[in-house]
Amino acid sequence: MNSASEYWKANLRLVIFCLVIWFVVSYVCGILLVEPLNSIRLGGYKLGFWFAQQGSIYTFVVLIFFYAWRMNRLDRKFNVHED
Amino acid sequence: MDLQILTYIIVGLTFAIYIGIAIWSRARSTGDFYVAGKGVNPIANGMATAADWMSAASFISMAGLIAFKGYDASVYLMGWTGGYVLLAMLLAPYLRKYGKFTVPEFIGDRYYSKTARIVAVICLIVASLTYVIGQMKGIGVAFSRFLDTPYDVGLYIGMGIVFFYAVLGGMKGITYTQIAQYVVLIFAYTVPAIFISLHLTGDALPQTGLGGTLTGTDSFLLDKLDKILVDLGFNPYTAQKGGTLNIFLLTLSLMIGTAGLPHVITRFFTVPRVKDARSSAGWALVFIAILYTTAPAVGAMAFYNLAKTVQPGPVNAPDGALLYEQRPQWFKNWETTGLLAWRDKNGDGRIQYAPGKAFAGKPKVKTDASGKPVIGDNGAPVYLNPPAESKNELYVDRDIMVLANPEIANLPNWVIALVVAGGLAAALSTAAGLLLAIAAAISHDMLKGIFAPGISEKTELLASRFAMGGAVLLAGYFGLNPPGFAAQVVALAFGLAASSLFPAIMMGIFNKRINRTGAILGMLSGLTITLIYIFWYKGWFFLPGTNMAPNSPDHWFLGISPEAFGAVGAAVNFAVAWFVSRATAEPPEHIQHLVEHIRVPQAAGETGNKL
Repeated sequence: MNSASEYWKANLRLVIFCLVIWFVVSYVCGILLVEPLNSIRLGGYKLGFWFAQQGSIYTFVVLIFFYAWRMNRLDRKFNVHED
Repeated sequence: MDLQILTYIIVGLTFAIYIGIAIWSRARSTGDFYVAGKGVNPIANGMATAADWMSAASFISMAGLIAFKGYDASVYLMGWTGGYVLLAMLLAPYLRKYGKFTVPEFIGDRYYSKTARIVAVICLIVASLTYVIGQMKGIGVAFSRFLDTPYDVGLYIGMGIVFFYAVLGGMKGITYTQIAQYVVLIFAYTVPAIFISLHLTGDALPQTGLGGTLTGTDSFLLDKLDKILVDLGFNPYTAQKGGTLNIFLLTLSLMIGTAGLPHVITRFFTVPRVKDARSSAGWALVFIAILYTTAPAVGAMAFYNLAKTVQPGPVNAPDGALLYEQRPQWFKNWETTGLLAWRDKNGDGRIQYAPGKAFAGKPKVKTDASGKPVIGDNGAPVYLNPPAESKNELYVDRDIMVLANPEIANLPNWVIALVVAGGLAAALSTAAGLLLAIAAAISHDMLKGIFAPGISEKTELLASRFAMGGAVLLAGYFGLNPPGFAAQVVALAFGLAASSLFPAIMMGIFNKRINRTGAILGMLSGLTITLIYIFWYKGWFFLPGTNMAPNSPDHWFLGISPEAFGAVGAAVNFAVAWFVSRATAEPPEHIQHLVEHIRVPQAAGETGNKL
């Protein structure tokens, strides 16, 4: 096992982890489970509605920066970072 | 000061800024022209991407779409933002490492095939052209509505501005004007939103105001809105109306399509390093999210204001609906533009708002011999449209939710002028990004890549300027004579990007085994099935009357709308490419090395790939 393929595997694990969250906040909370979640309130928002129109977007932003931060660490660990 | 003069001044000022930037940031090489010399700061690129992405439709129409569709409009909010997650993790960093100029170039290199490159060029041109026509129309409409300039003159002014900075500066000029345009458009969008939120809920932040209580009461805005709509006979605002499968697939199609649209991808070629491409996607989404999380508040609050205005009392009470002669000034102003209209069906002089259409089509006012509107006995203009069956007497164009907001909230004239400048900024910035993608596909992929590989850089730079000029003229022509497909941006542009470009690029990076035959057959089959599905319900090449089945939920296959089919096309593309590649020879070794090369930001012994 060389380091290039280990780097790639670590990258894939991170991407899959992020995409699971991406899927859960939008497709699960915002669409598939929207009706049951709507019985929970977040102030004036019904929770499912909040995920669909607000929460999923905030999560997307956080996810990208989290991914960028972890990838930069990975780049340095495997010594493939840019000058 | 008179609103029109003020609007001229503010719009004129913003245009002067764009031209000033163009002169300052001229392109001196093809690298400057296609990818801004790969020297754009990631935060600046994020801002430019946001302006590139948010079109006239995002700025003017989206809040209205949300207002009238409620929860169901979430597909656009999630779809047009979630694509950036895919872009940041699956495409942008690798394409930046690849380090050349265009999306078709990558597809052509990775699949060692000019055919693949040509397929990508065709998809790119059709998707971008469809999109750019809408922007041109938006520019013409903004001029004719607010500045009393004829539609075609407005269009020529818009073309002139884009021509100037896009031909002169290419991607470099476009990038820096887009940053200025982002500032104008986000300011113009959020200022009225903050005021309307303060006015209704006492909360200056629209995102929390939407979840807050109405000023002076302890009832929540969204609950009240649900109740008003139910009383008037509509579905509740926060409830789901469409089928779940369609909502799911439409969201997915919009996300994949967003990530696969070439004019967006190309923006990530302009940053200096791979790590900048990753963070820049995050910044782009931050700047987009400011508008996209404000839009639901604007939609709900403007709709609440409208409903409360026309229905001040209880529904079904004889005096519950607003008397037409007591309508507020903003109502009168917007009646003259044809975006609001009232037809007294039951003859009680009051504005009944209910489900269904007030009348067929857009309002057509009856005019007398001198061209003045004929006013009926009830004080309202006489409309030529045949009345529709429903009880509803109010025609509302959804664009009014953003355009009339400053007036409904009693904001000063300069805010209204700013909204006009913001709408123009959104249209111009998106148009320029799309035109660049088209021009680069013609001069770099077709001319330099296929027909005349021997031309010098100087010749190519000249050719790219001509291609840009040609693209502006073509977009202008279609803006004046919109073809049938222009109204189908969502179905066509996102369907093409989702079913052909996104899978081909992603597999090119993540699966070394996909070969030329697999990729080409995959793209063609994804594209074909998506186009057939769209044409089936919308007519062959969008010719009216040639559709095979009515375009309505009960006729759609499994309830999937033509707009939502891109995700199915993408799945077909993935499957065909995978199976065909398994059954045929593996890609040559140098291609496998190319894939390994783009997967790491900088391998040992490699030097950076700045221009």
